[in-house]
Amino acid sequence: QTGSVSGRVVDEKSAGLPGVTVIIEGTTLGNSTNSDGTYSIQNVPAGPRTLVISFVGYTTGRIPVTVTAGQNTAVPSTTLNENTTLLNEAVVVGYGTVRKQDVTGSVTSVSSRDFVKGQVNSPEQLINGKVAGVQISTSGGAPGAASVIRIRGGSSLNASNDPLIVIDGVPIDNSELRGSSNALSLINPNDIETFTVLKDASATAIYGSRASNGVILITTKKGISGEKVGVNVSSLFSLSTSPRRVEVLNGDEFRALINRVGTEDQKSRLGSANTDWQDVILRDAYTQDYNAAVTGSLGTVPLRVSLGHLNADGIIKTNNLKRNTLSVGVNPVLLGGNLKVDANVKGSWIDNRFVEDGIIGSAVSFDPTQPVTLNGSPFGGFNEYYTQDPTTGAITLVGLAPTNPLARLSQRRDRSTVKRAIGNIQLDYKLFFLPDLRANLNLGYDLTRSNGTTFVPAGIAASEFNRGGVGNFYSQERDNKLLEFYLNYSKDLGNAGRLELLGGYSYQDFLRESPAVPDLRADGTPASPNIVLPVRSQNTLISFYGRLNYNFKDRYLFTATLRNDNSSRFAKDFRAGYFPAAAVAWRVKGENFLANSTFLSELKFRAGYGITGQQEVFGNDYPSLAFYNPGENTVQYPVGGVFVNTLRPVAYDRSIKWEETTTYNAGLDYGFVDGRLTGTVDVYLRKTKDLLNETDASAGTNLSNRFLTNVGSLENRGLELGLIGVVAQTTDFNWSLNANATFNRNKITDVPNPTGLRVSGIDGGTGNRISINTVGFPVNTYYVYQQKYANDKPIVPTNANGGLNAFVDQNNDGQINEQDLVRYKSPNPKAILGLGSNATFKRATLAFTMRAYLGNYAYNNIESSRGNLNAFLPTNPFLRNTTPGYLETGFTGEGTSYLLSDYFIQDASFLRMDNISLGYDLGETSNIRVTAAVQNAFIVTKFDTADPEKFDGGSPGVINNVYPRPRTFTLGVNVNF
Amino acid sequence: CMKDLDREPFYGLDTETVYANPAAQRQVLAKIYGGLVITGQKTTGDADTKGDDEGATSYSRLLFKLQELTTDEAAIAWTDGAIQNLNDNTWTSNNNYVLGMYNRIYFQIALANEFIREMSDDKLSGRGITGNDLTNAKLYRNEARFLRALGYYHALDMFGNVPFVTEADAPGKFQPRQISRADLFAYVESELKAIEPDLLPRAQAEYGRASQAAAQTLLAHLYLNAQVYTGTARNADVITYCNKVIGSGYSLAGRYSDLFGADNDRVANSEIIFPIVCDGLRTRSYGGTTFLVHASSGGSLQPATLGVNSGWGGLRARKNLPLAFGLTTAAQAAAPADKRAMFFTTRQNLEMASLTTFREGWAVTKWTNKTSTGADGSDATKEFVDTDIPLFRLADVYLMYAEAVLRGGGGSQATALSYVNQLRRRGYGFPITTANPTSDVASIDLDFILAERMRELYWEAHRRTDLIRFGKYTGTAYTWPFKGGPQAGGDVASFRTLFPIPVADLTANPTLRQNPGY
Repeated sequence: QTGSVSGRVVDEKSAGLPGVTVIIEGTTLGNSTNSDGTYSIQNVPAGPRTLVISFVGYTTGRIPVTVTAGQNTAVPSTTLNENTTLLNEAVVVGYGTVRKQDVTGSVTSVSSRDFVKGQVNSPEQLINGKVAGVQISTSGGAPGAASVIRIRGGSSLNASNDPLIVIDGVPIDNSELRGSSNALSLINPNDIETFTVLKDASATAIYGSRASNGVILITTKKGISGEKVGVNVSSLFSLSTSPRRVEVLNGDEFRALINRVGTEDQKSRLGSANTDWQDVILRDAYTQDYNAAVTGSLGTVPLRVSLGHLNADGIIKTNNLKRNTLSVGVNPVLLGGNLKVDANVKGSWIDNRFVEDGIIGSAVSFDPTQPVTLNGSPFGGFNEYYTQDPTTGAITLVGLAPTNPLARLSQRRDRSTVKRAIGNIQLDYKLFFLPDLRANLNLGYDLTRSNGTTFVPAGIAASEFNRGGVGNFYSQERDNKLLEFYLNYSKDLGNAGRLELLGGYSYQDFLRESPAVPDLRADGTPASPNIVLPVRSQNTLISFYGRLNYNFKDRYLFTATLRNDNSSRFAKDFRAGYFPAAAVAWRVKGENFLANSTFLSELKFRAGYGITGQQEVFGNDYPSLAFYNPGENTVQYPVGGVFVNTLRPVAYDRSIKWEETTTYNAGLDYGFVDGRLTGTVDVYLRKTKDLLNETDASAGTNLSNRFLTNVGSLENRGLELGLIGVVAQTTDFNWSLNANATFNRNKITDVPNPTGLRVSGIDGGTGNRISINTVGFPVNTYYVYQQKYANDKPIVPTNANGGLNAFVDQNNDGQINEQDLVRYKSPNPKAILGLGSNATFKRATLAFTMRAYLGNYAYNNIESSRGNLNAFLPTNPFLRNTTPGYLETGFTGEGTSYLLSDYFIQDASFLRMDNISLGYDLGETSNIRVTAAVQNAFIVTKFDTADPEKFDGGSPGVINNVYPRPRTFTLGVNVNF
Repeated sequence: CMKDLDREPFYGLDTETVYANPAAQRQVLAKIYGGLVITGQKTTGDADTKGDDEGATSYSRLLFKLQELTTDEAAIAWTDGAIQNLNDNTWTSNNNYVLGMYNRIYFQIALANEFIREMSDDKLSGRGITGNDLTNAKLYRNEARFLRALGYYHALDMFGNVPFVTEADAPGKFQPRQISRADLFAYVESELKAIEPDLLPRAQAEYGRASQAAAQTLLAHLYLNAQVYTGTARNADVITYCNKVIGSGYSLAGRYSDLFGADNDRVANSEIIFPIVCDGLRTRSYGGTTFLVHASSGGSLQPATLGVNSGWGGLRARKNLPLAFGLTTAAQAAAPADKRAMFFTTRQNLEMASLTTFREGWAVTKWTNKTSTGADGSDATKEFVDTDIPLFRLADVYLMYAEAVLRGGGGSQATALSYVNQLRRRGYGFPITTANPTSDVASIDLDFILAERMRELYWEAHRRTDLIRFGKYTGTAYTWPFKGGPQAGGDVASFRTLFPIPVADLTANPTLRQNPGY
């Protein structure tokens, strides 16, 4: 026998508050308010109930109601005052929600109200800087660029360090997606309601197999039953500029330098122009972002439909991202309230026009004394390095010479279209014979279709002149399927507490496919016999899981989880992994002696332990199987009078198994002064063993020198602090601050090679690596020669003595070789700080978010690869630009050890003002809000060239030619009607 | 649906499927052959051995670096990794090129072992391979044994005492035992002798295949260095096997330069006993001659002169090489009497003041992507080179014969002198059958042989082995610029006649003992 409850939540000015969580206390029933503050909750068991109305930043309201079977109970308008203790907010956890005060693990939620404002093109950027322990960094400034997300540092060396991302119950495939640099950017950030980050194992273990690096649960906005239909339209217009450039010489400086140090021959190659090649390829770029959403209830069916259109130009010329998104969600309650249905479809269609990765590097190094265009140039009028035979007119490019960066941008059309659909239907059925038992079935899919083309015309494009242009295409399909089923039994045992049991099954299947593609010229003829071989690869995960929650008197909380995961990547005997977790919490505030304290509004201790597994290895779905791979057409060998394609057996480890991370977490949640100051403290230790790691095979014992196996271990230990404080709280003026800090230390505790494994390739020469993974040191510690100085300037190594004059001979053997390398600093920040501020004065809101990394060091590969004589005076007949650093150091680029000098390991700590926004409500009746925002407003750092932010990706900490992160100015308008 | 966990590759082939199919058997054999130059299943991007820049992991490129850069013939200007420690003989057990060579050798050995194991008589019959397919399969298996013996030969020459695995050891995680250099010598000898009669005779072996003569030439090399490898000279055996090779119908190519051009597989195949095949379209890697030709070009030596699109500014000669031809000036180098001296001297200094500057030391134009008629190779982009590497060729066998005679192995002094003079007449551009006082020598001794091997075989990856055999690789009696470090040339300790077992393998296999001195 159930009824429904409906009402409206308003703020002190009687304006409707959207997004407020309203739940029936002691149940998982609840809903959130729609855009005008109204809400409705169905299927509430009849009888006296308490409504808990909560919203981040507001005091929670508790309203007693009496629910009558078969009727709607209208609750009078509820006013929420700003600043709350947050405690009763419903928090989404794996396979369900709990009240915040009942959470036993380390869980942080961020709702739409607190998202980063301004032009946000990809969902993960909404919470950048907002959550302790979470690092988010874009790979560059292109619209939709990939982000690296790390929760509490990486737990793996060779396997994935990416967290699991679950959108509305569908774990999504965030692996490489052809034709898109960031699979997440296919989700429209405007559709997202909350992010919940599960950090410790007791919280993540229910996702077992894919949870070693934390879990991010994303909930999208939903319609509410009984809500009247409303429309929200918003639009943003942005201007992006390029704040930080790579420092290089200008034309005059370069001419002066060459005239000083160059040979006559080299001087003769100087031009008379003054070209800033970065200026030439960069531009001010505009972005338009339109969103429209209809939310409400059609009859009894709550519905939300949204459309989005984004058209974002990159600040490198020609770069563009267009994204169209459609999201439809219905969540009706059927069968007299016994069956809850939640169905979502999110579709997106993006069109990319990419620029080459190396284009910034090519602009940085192009001779600044050369003009952009050249009269009579056969290359579309662009200035290029070529010679023309005076009699035949035949054109020959100068070997190894760079090609004009602007020509490369204008002549290359590198386009892709990617379509993605994520959908699921979740059926939650309350069994009529046993109302405490619910059955939940979730069927989901995540499909993508990518198509791309690369076209460079023949004849007039110097970049692909020799091969006759490019006319290539590619495509990829990914089909991922999900089936989840669980039973949830929840029983109030009266004085004995409350018990909840969950048992479930999960089936996930991932299929990736791309057809063979030839290597073609612009005219469609083969440029080489090469055909990129087709790919079809599949892996499957099957899991069983169970969870027990026990709540005694709302003060003593206990959670235990066990999950059994089975991965197709491992052989039969090794594919099962068992991942247990347990956590306890003591909500001290609930004890009688604190019940009446208004000074101490919350106090809770938490402790958790758990093991999670990892099987996400890159590029190989079959590491336990012996099989033979075909070679491409360009690596044939003649046997029997004809060239034949080769077949190669792959290295494998039949007994490869799960990598396991054990996490210990202890935490404290506190609140003071009626919740004006609230926060959390967490300490953790994460130990990963049996690392899925590519390691040296004993020579001759396997089919390559390295193979993937379980070897080595590492640990992360850290401290996280989160603090929310209300500075001012008056009728007209409210100001809250949100600060977080993360201190993570990472250390390798076991690798097979005592010297360590060299990692992180760098530019300049081939095969050089700047970092090493050694026992007792942080992951990716730099491995360098110790530079000697004279008069505060680094001594230039000379090769006559192998660099002995410039570097410390650590073992005093009279020569400089790799035995003189030392471990020095690392790219890992010692501290990550985030600070958010939100102030409202009457109808105006001013907010900012800033982020700082402290104690992280970068390898300045720009300086090392360009700031030396050999780099700008190559033996070939052209010049390359150099850095102002050269004028100070005078490095020659000679000496074996130059590139590995610790001189290039530089402090890359920074403070970035990520976002400042100002909003203004035009009036209570008009429902129009206007905003202005600046993103990447400024950065404070000692690092003196380019952008210092790079903590992961291919070569962690190696700063090279990154697509500049733009500074973006945004104007927006948001209308509800 | 737990069955869904038994996922298998869609395009890769399992072991059974491969070895039941004669065409696939041949494809695996092609991989073992190709392993001498190719670096992976793509030109780049799917490397066989990991840890270094892929192009630098080519067997032939590493063989060149270890055999030439550590000697009086060549130096490289690059500063990648620990490459300069090869130039000045200061490598350690962490040297990435030493490790790279070691890895490549054992990749070949592991691959050959897998093939030989799966191609045993029992397994072939079990898979229903019969008739002509069976004949071919057995031949393939013997060729794999030759290629494995070649790998082990390089292992015993460069590393001495090394881990030993055969087809009896299936892939997995284990620690193989270390075999002594002398025992490995005996194993390689027994393998080559066992397969020699079963390989194709020269007349039936198409160019590129390991024929009986290839095995015989490798045996001759093994015996020629037996004193170094085992402490016991085997010069009579050198004579025996050189005679077998010479008797199988090879003849010197017409022009010396034909051996090192883009069409050497056509115009010089009468001399080439066992090539490493490179092809600008179909056998592409950044090893082989693609490396040799690009790296030879730089400074004022335009890459187009050598038929390639770019100069990598790396390889030059140390002065000992031009001096062996009696050349000291650019004018002499422009028109040498002995046309085997192929140097480019414009803005190149004979004396080497720096190892890392391309202009220090004369450039060498011996390896080229131009054909005998001056045309470019087959790759229109001029990135990948067609020229094959004549790993074994008749001239080398002639010189081995002559050396073995002088070392008391028997044979004929007159024949030895005649072989040497044939090579010299060709070098000078004279008819090889007619005596010529300008080119001919009247008598030969061992010092002359070492110098003649330099003139005939420079930059063909023989030099380190030759200098060690003649006792001139270490010590101060014979030096070259930057030998052991000093610009004038200094000492190299005697333990450096062997490279160290790489640290990576000492770690992976703690049962191994390091070579003395490291």
